[in-house]
Amino acid sequence: MKAVITVLGKDRVGIISGVSNILAESNVNILDITQTIMQDVFTMITLVDISGCNIPFDVLSAKLDKKGVELGLKIQIQHEDIFNSMHRI
Amino acid sequence: MLGTFEILETIDMIQKENLDIRTITMGISLRDCCHSDINISCNKIYDKITRYAEKLVITGENIEKEYGIPIINKRISVTPIALIAESCESEDYTRFAKAMDRAAETVGVNFIGGFSALVQKGYTKGDKKLIASIPEALSTTKMVCSSVNVASTKAGINMDAVAEMGGVIKKCADLTADNGALACAKLVVFANAVEDNPFMAGAFHGIGEPECVINVGVSGPGVVKCALEKVKGADFGTVAETIKKTAFKITRMGELVAREASRRLEVPFGIVDLSLAPTPAIGDSVAYILEEMGLEKCGAHGTTAALALLNDAVKKGGVMASSSVGGLSGAFIPVSEDAGMISAVKCGALSLEKLEAMTCVCSVGLDMIVVPGDTSADTISAIIADEAAIGVVNTKTTAVRIIPAPGKKIGDIVEFGGLLGSGPVMKVSSFGSSEFIKRGGRIPAPLHSLKN
Repeated sequence: MKAVITVLGKDRVGIISGVSNILAESNVNILDITQTIMQDVFTMITLVDISGCNIPFDVLSAKLDKKGVELGLKIQIQHEDIFNSMHRI
Repeated sequence: MLGTFEILETIDMIQKENLDIRTITMGISLRDCCHSDINISCNKIYDKITRYAEKLVITGENIEKEYGIPIINKRISVTPIALIAESCESEDYTRFAKAMDRAAETVGVNFIGGFSALVQKGYTKGDKKLIASIPEALSTTKMVCSSVNVASTKAGINMDAVAEMGGVIKKCADLTADNGALACAKLVVFANAVEDNPFMAGAFHGIGEPECVINVGVSGPGVVKCALEKVKGADFGTVAETIKKTAFKITRMGELVAREASRRLEVPFGIVDLSLAPTPAIGDSVAYILEEMGLEKCGAHGTTAALALLNDAVKKGGVMASSSVGGLSGAFIPVSEDAGMISAVKCGALSLEKLEAMTCVCSVGLDMIVVPGDTSADTISAIIADEAAIGVVNTKTTAVRIIPAPGKKIGDIVEFGGLLGSGPVMKVSSFGSSEFIKRGGRIPAPLHSLKN
């Protein structure tokens, strides 16, 4: 099962390491990362495989959210299908 | 992989433009809960609802977390209670409503619909008792919603029921006078009621429906408004095209959630209802979409045409996105639940007459309209008759959810709280209709009902 992690906010040191540490601890594999600045907002989008994840999805989601608060960013994880259903026929 | 733009578009829709799944509604048949003893029947109803809907709320919450899309309401609709209660010998059906309320509380949903009767062609004994029990039932329960279908294109308009409902609504208002006449907000009078509507207060589980079913209502007036902001000044072809594309995307999300909920609950998927349902939140208003099309204020001349375009484009976009579209599917125009409508009424741009015209071209009727407390039962009945006529002649659903707020005068505001919002008291005609309502009987079905 794949999920999309989005990080939105102000660029700073340690965003990728903050997110990827949590993912590594949870045995979540990163498949792709893109990052860009859109309308002055730092935007990082990460596609991950959560089939091997060793904690429940809502716990992972809460951990990422907490990391976001620490870094002053908005971090969110969502099942990939929500985007596929809207943009792919 | 999906493009950054696409992912951000979806996230913006949810976070900035109030896109949400408005409701997951589980329809449950209670046809096996009839019994001559009201206690046994009520116990069967409680047991069945709590058994079937046990995991409804938690499943909804899990989907919400995993997909990151808010699911605002989890609700239940049941077989019209008049059909179930009729087998018992009791006169007062309030206890059925209480059993429904208890079940709703146990499973954690926020509304349960189906304290209903279908009387478009006439009453049965059970229908009469149910309608008589409505004021007591709605004023002594929290989550129960009631609806009465008084007309259909096939049967015409049951004017006896129309006359009676005026009185029922007044009684509901009186019994909840201290609470903004809240009972009236939980009561809908329909023409051409649909059997698979997931939205409250008019949801019930129709008699042609399966044992149990999942229906989903999507929403997203804010998303449509934001999409139109990007095509300022463009012609109506572009406007319609933009709404269609947006409705398509919104509905795809609804379809995904409906299928996922249906799979996890092991209950068949019924329909996705495409309705644009506003909330009192700023930026979640149908009126603002109409204003975005170029109207100074909702209610100005041109509003009906704008709404007709919106309603049609929403359907055309949505119908391609789902394998099963149903319910009411269109644009809702509830006054108290829409910040733009409230503001239009307050500044005098939007009147009851204009709203009536608007209901000819959208999916519902006069919804969440607050009128002065001294409005007579006959006048309310006449308002219902007008709406029913629009529904019957145009072969569409219309409904009246009207609140004659005790002690309130034109210009006052009645607060309902939550999704029901707050309603400015609107002017009704000061000329009477009582001789018209007194006639009773049935207004025959229109000629075009004879399609066979």
